Amino acid sequence: MLAVRVELTVNGERHEADVWAGESLLYVLRERLGLPGSKNACEQGECGSCSVLLDGKLVCACLVLAAQADGHELVTVEGLGQDGGLHAVQDAFTETGAVQCGFCTPGLIVATADLLARNPSPSDDEIREALSGNLCRCTGYAKIFDAVRLAAGS
Amino acid sequence: MDVLTPRTLDEALRLKAERPDAVPIQGGTDVMVELNFDRARPSALLNLSEVAELRGWSRENGTIRLGAALTYTEAMEMPLADALPALAEASRTVGGPQIRNRGTVGGNLGTASPAGDALPPLLIGDAVVELASLRGERAVPVAAFLTGPRQNALADGELIVGVRVRAADGPQTFMKVGPRNAMVISVVSLALTVDHDGAEIRAAFGSAGPVVGLVTAPLAELDGFPERVSAAASPIDDVRGSAAYRRHSLRVLTERALERCLQ
Repeated sequence: MLAVRVELTVNGERHEADVWAGESLLYVLRERLGLPGSKNACEQGECGSCSVLLDGKLVCACLVLAAQADGHELVTVEGLGQDGGLHAVQDAFTETGAVQCGFCTPGLIVATADLLARNPSPSDDEIREALSGNLCRCTGYAKIFDAVRLAAGS
Repeated sequence: MDVLTPRTLDEALRLKAERPDAVPIQGGTDVMVELNFDRARPSALLNLSEVAELRGWSRENGTIRLGAALTYTEAMEMPLADALPALAEASRTVGGPQIRNRGTVGGNLGTASPAGDALPPLLIGDAVVELASLRGERAVPVAAFLTGPRQNALADGELIVGVRVRAADGPQTFMKVGPRNAMVISVVSLALTVDHDGAEIRAAFGSAGPVVGLVTAPLAELDGFPERVSAAASPIDDVRGSAAYRRHSLRVLTERALERCLQ
């Protein structure tokens, strides 16, 4: 049944997993590699909760076939911080209270880190555009904007 | 289910010939949804993401060749966005950044949804789809390639390898109606260009018929053109909008697109 062996680098560490051929990268991260930071919600690329960086590009892990990640590099929310500390974007979300139920938070943090890496001082419109693929059902967008602006200034 | 991962186009064509039932997967934004929701269980997936020949784009005189694996994000970047402005605008309306980083022009053609955002911009540029198999290559105009809702002219063993489209030689624009400014399947969409050489207006609509449709007129017949575009569509009532609303919207979008292109 588990027909495919994949080798991938996640947050700098090499991993191997035997997966079902139709399995998503998200399932591999959460259920096989013990990295539940990327959240599983819509499974159709609508919510952004499973956002990760695949070879440095922001993607929904639910829409990547696990076999497509074979030989590639991933960064998940667990790997954003350095030396055991939090990433500046994580600090900013904590400080501004941009977390309500917390479910969308990992995806928004990865998407924000991706935005600020490409554009260190985004306008409000650029923030809106960059985060348009991430949904917050608590509708905490005002605080999330505060967090992004704080992280951009820090 | 098997996953086949060719490293070259030749290998991909050989695998597709051996396993004609293998479903090609590139960005995964359509295929993975089918798999995640248990709506499709193909006997094999043909993972094309390691085939370098499918990537990128090139320019030969007035023609742009897009590799099937060109992503929406890449279609938004200069200088390609300058050569194909309507495609760049359409790409900006696709999903969110995560989807645009993965979804491809070749995938949009393969899925052949009447709502495919890249399709109207390709149609106004006289796009020709390049298909390849072990039997050889053939080029099919996009209007002939799209044969129905989610149906296309791919034969057994064939893969979409690229698409050739005329570079803009006049102003172009793309417009789309939907409930928000991102993550939206179009209720109705329109690509329009005013071709200065031929003094011709070319408009293509999406989500307003079983396939995208093209309407052209000489610039001299500008006045009745929005009505003509609206009348050429054959929209249906569905969850995203009514046929009447779609016809009305197409007329309004055509007026606005003409204003934008002729100002």
